[in-house]
Amino acid sequence: MEGIIYTGVPSKEELAAAPGVPSRERMEKGRVACIECVQEIPCNPCESICKFGAITIGSQITNLPHLDGEKCTGCGLCVANCPGLAITVINRAFSSDEATVDFPFEYIPLPEAGDTVDAVNRAGEVVCQGRIVRVTKIPAYAGTAVISMAVPKEFCDEVRSMKRLPGEDIDEE
Amino acid sequence: MRKITTDIAIVGAGSAGLCAAYQARSAGAEVLVIDENHRPGGQLFKQLHKFFGSSAHRAGTRGYVIGRELLERVEKSGVTVWLDSVVYGMEKDRSIGVIHDGENIVVDAKKVIVATGAKENYMAFPGSTLPGVMGAGAAQTMVNINRVLPGKRIVMLGSGNVGLIVSYQLMQAGADVLAIVEAAPKIGGYGVHAGKIRRAGVPILVGHTITRAIGEKEVEKVEIAEVDDHFRPIPGTEQIIEADTICLAVGLNPMTELLWMAGCRFCFIPAFGGHVPMHDANMETTVQGLYVAGDVTGVEEASSAMEEGNLAGVSAAASLGLLTFEAAEERRKEILGRLDTLRSGMFGERRRTAKEKQLAETAAYEAGRRE
Repeated sequence: MEGIIYTGVPSKEELAAAPGVPSRERMEKGRVACIECVQEIPCNPCESICKFGAITIGSQITNLPHLDGEKCTGCGLCVANCPGLAITVINRAFSSDEATVDFPFEYIPLPEAGDTVDAVNRAGEVVCQGRIVRVTKIPAYAGTAVISMAVPKEFCDEVRSMKRLPGEDIDEE
Repeated sequence: MRKITTDIAIVGAGSAGLCAAYQARSAGAEVLVIDENHRPGGQLFKQLHKFFGSSAHRAGTRGYVIGRELLERVEKSGVTVWLDSVVYGMEKDRSIGVIHDGENIVVDAKKVIVATGAKENYMAFPGSTLPGVMGAGAAQTMVNINRVLPGKRIVMLGSGNVGLIVSYQLMQAGADVLAIVEAAPKIGGYGVHAGKIRRAGVPILVGHTITRAIGEKEVEKVEIAEVDDHFRPIPGTEQIIEADTICLAVGLNPMTELLWMAGCRFCFIPAFGGHVPMHDANMETTVQGLYVAGDVTGVEEASSAMEEGNLAGVSAAASLGLLTFEAAEERRKEILGRLDTLRSGMFGERRRTAKEKQLAETAAYEAGRRE
């Protein structure tokens, strides 16, 4: 069975119906938030944090977030503030053959700019290599790092995170 | 035996108890909070993730930060907190027996609020007594409070929010979670929590259960199998996973022992974890002057527990004459509005229906008693 409640991965249909996912045209123009929030849960920090009024939930806080792609500047403040880690910033205008995906990341060690990492899809499968463009960890992000990663353009609809990096081995004693 | 008196005694210094204490103290009551743990905060300090909810509930703020702020407010307000103090019983007159600082003390309070929370359910299967099988909440305490990793290769049983969140936090602590096993045909918790787990490469196996743990002296392997429509393992579908730890996230049940001793009436609501105390809209039980708040009234989540604590604190203070009826009503209206929001949406409706049933059963009982 497909879909978020069966697999934990939103289906193509669920994503297509999500009011927080911007159009392909908008992604081509440059940085824009991509809110993959497909389940009605009581939650609205994305709406409160957006300085540009680009995200609307309304007084019924179980409503799905609605993105106004024209108002969104792709600043990325919502990426670190979504408790569900369901928001990325997509930029299909990054270069002629690469797009960037900015995603939240809460594992250590963190990668560094310039590193090549395994880029993974919504099911954690490695789909291509990603190049780390920037790692941002500021107080406003409250412990969440936001990683900007360049991937070949054809994979940017699939890639949503990176594979965890191996940490120091913890010895038995 | 030494006896002490106070306006309001609160059992449990978790989300609900601390909120109740702050509200009651702010209204001018003398408040004593008693907790058997070494530190206050209940489960709040284990919650490293950012909370959901509305901005009014500090959504987007990590649980332990909310806990720290709440504790500061309570400490500044002049509430007395007894830690490492075990409440071992309650009489029908609501007097409480406490072991505090090695001394047996009876606390005689004008009003009592019980906010004892909930405890984890267990599930038995062959091998489930081997070292390495533990509650998910216990594993969470180990990594987030005591900074000890319970194992390196973990299988989680249960895909409710506890199973999903603890799996994520175990990976943050450096462990590998090999699978989340869920007997139901769908994932129990929030899709976004499940999404985080999947992006980390962890399979969520719905329609599966753990059939046995294998190992000489501790867990070495876990056998899982698919289940049929009646949750019975289907022979021939077994798989072996090499793991050293099994975490059980199979629900919680309210810690109601003191309330049974005090003679509270109960009703049975499976959605709330079993037998829950009857209480009215002011959080007062069928024993006059005895209030309840948080998971002990029915298992929900931290934000709801805090609001129920606020409600119980306001109600208890009002019943002592410390708040005017109008002032108390206004506060209660605000709190109930926020609770209503928390009990909405596809996940909240079930809890809303359960709470309505609990209130209705209480009303029916009270009506019968008056006749």
